[in-house]
Amino acid sequence: MVDTQRTLLLGNLAAVEGAIYAGMRFYAGYPITPSTEVAEGCSRELPKIGGRFIQMEDEISSIGAVVGASVSGMKAMTATSGPGFSLMQENIGYAYITETPCVVINVQRGGPSTGLPTKVSQSDTMQARWGPHGDYTAIVVAPSTVGDTVTETIRAFNLSERFRTPVVVLMDEIIGHQRELISLPKPGEHQVINRVKATVPPEEFQPFRLTANGVSPMAAYGEGYRTISTGLTHDPMGFTTNEPKEIKVKLDKLRNKIMDFRSEITKLRVEMMDDAEIAFVSYGSVSRAVLLAVALARSAGVKVGLVQLYTVWPFPDNKLRDYCQKCHKIIVPELNMGQIVHEIRRVMPPDTEIHSLQRYDGEILTPMQILEKLEEVM
Amino acid sequence: MSDRPDYDFCASHDFYGHSACPGCGEKILFRHVLDVLGPETVIVAPAGCAAVTDGVFPHSLSPVPYLHVAFGATASAAAGVRAGLDMSGRENVTVMAWAGDGATFDIGMGALSAIAERNENVLYVCYDNEAYMNTGMQRSSATPPGCWTTTTPASRLKSEPKKDIDAIMAAHRIPYVATASPAFLDDLKAKVERAKAIRGLRFMHLFSPCPPGWKSDPADSIAIARLAVESNVFPLYEVYEGERLRLTCQSSSVPVADYLKLQGRFKYMSEREAEDMQRAVERSYAALKLRHEKSKVCL
Repeated sequence: MVDTQRTLLLGNLAAVEGAIYAGMRFYAGYPITPSTEVAEGCSRELPKIGGRFIQMEDEISSIGAVVGASVSGMKAMTATSGPGFSLMQENIGYAYITETPCVVINVQRGGPSTGLPTKVSQSDTMQARWGPHGDYTAIVVAPSTVGDTVTETIRAFNLSERFRTPVVVLMDEIIGHQRELISLPKPGEHQVINRVKATVPPEEFQPFRLTANGVSPMAAYGEGYRTISTGLTHDPMGFTTNEPKEIKVKLDKLRNKIMDFRSEITKLRVEMMDDAEIAFVSYGSVSRAVLLAVALARSAGVKVGLVQLYTVWPFPDNKLRDYCQKCHKIIVPELNMGQIVHEIRRVMPPDTEIHSLQRYDGEILTPMQILEKLEEVM
Repeated sequence: MSDRPDYDFCASHDFYGHSACPGCGEKILFRHVLDVLGPETVIVAPAGCAAVTDGVFPHSLSPVPYLHVAFGATASAAAGVRAGLDMSGRENVTVMAWAGDGATFDIGMGALSAIAERNENVLYVCYDNEAYMNTGMQRSSATPPGCWTTTTPASRLKSEPKKDIDAIMAAHRIPYVATASPAFLDDLKAKVERAKAIRGLRFMHLFSPCPPGWKSDPADSIAIARLAVESNVFPLYEVYEGERLRLTCQSSSVPVADYLKLQGRFKYMSEREAEDMQRAVERSYAALKLRHEKSKVCL
């Protein structure tokens, strides 16, 4: 499967490569543009390596099967786009409260509703953060190239296994449908993390035991441990609780196991920020246009740089503040009506000028548009 | 056929055509179904080929209101439209759900079963092209065994039988279930007419050739549809109240192989799989024929 030669690969198939590298052996999905090639790739590749592909009858079932396969010990994934991502939200919340590792890829298209199936968008950024009902702490990663898609999908699985929580890979139509020449990672080139397994005697096992780092060792069904998982709020044994103290402990555990290790999860790319007075902050495919715009502006002597968010959620508050501390102006280009820009406003000191550059007509932000915005802001 | 003059829906409004592929079965079916239903119709359709090839405003194929809803919501939305029209005194309007096999057999199954159980006064029509064609030929539960799709590749062709949606719907004991084909338009139109006159949930299952998905020549669409009926792969019949079954077209016992060979989607099928299909088709048809004969006795 893993070929060390350079290969011309579609973004959606890069997600398949990354997932299989990370140990994914179960895929359940439903066709939806522009993510369908992920399912198609899995239907071809998984049977060759002892994995299993199931085409489901809808997206609710897809994420349902993914949760089921994960509690049975498999690394499991599904992929979808806007409408399907909406349908999956309840079960993503279920995976969150039952601390079930799994990966959901959202190849974003224009919304709301059926929207623009074949057009690029980043308008699910906030849905990825707040999609499931109830208090929820999301881990969301965002690649910007086909090569990134391999590594970020591996990282998504690693984070999911490490923290026992669902992780979303926020792609977009441009990345999903782009072909690029990339080198696939060699075995051993990237670390692959597996969930911590239960090792205690069965009578001592607590499926949601409180631990120092908040992550409870997990037992798959059939491994000899009594495991109860429920979407109802539960105590460390997995039993449903209405006890205010236990409820708070559970919700704190879910949040803190992620937020206490935020620096381990956040990942940024920083380009030409050392002396930058103006910063671009972006994520996903837009970052590529920004990078060219920054290079062009630099050649004209403008002190400008880029901070790209590979981790969108949890938001990298401190790291972003550090990198942008010398910048008095920040421009936030997004393919939506302005979503992540609000986080930057929240994080940066009030005297920082923050400008939102939006495009939501289904087309990409071009380097020229980004330069025009830069000129306007200067 | 009745002697009621046909309503020609193409002539009824500024008709600009559609953006479907050449040889598309769905568009032929749509036209002839609407010819019978007439202007007092509301269409409810989910995501799928029909909704995206209807045209972009003002180039709409549909002369009547067309509600394009989310994928799993066709049946429920149709029930809501029905209620709204009834409450406004428009009981005479036909509410037609127009959905593909993915929307009917798979994602919309729960909602469809629910409107059947409540016997909502809706005409639900499924145009069945036997896979998810709008996203590029992924298998559905309507895909026949031995068929190539992009999620049942040549190395692992679909092995499960096609879901028997007509039996499922008839088991709900709704007033009317019928299958029909674009190769037998008189039969199709007569069934739409009967369905139109009945109150309660009526379910029609239409065979809809898809040249890009089936890897067939667009000029062969009607020939393939005819062979499907003549070989009993897609027999034409109707079921009243889940009980009385009437075959509406006598089979001519054409070999299934004749039907398969015009379509590239079956080219990876082994001889054995083709023989299995022949036997399965014969078994199903014999069962239908038995029910047909029994129904005659019961009349």
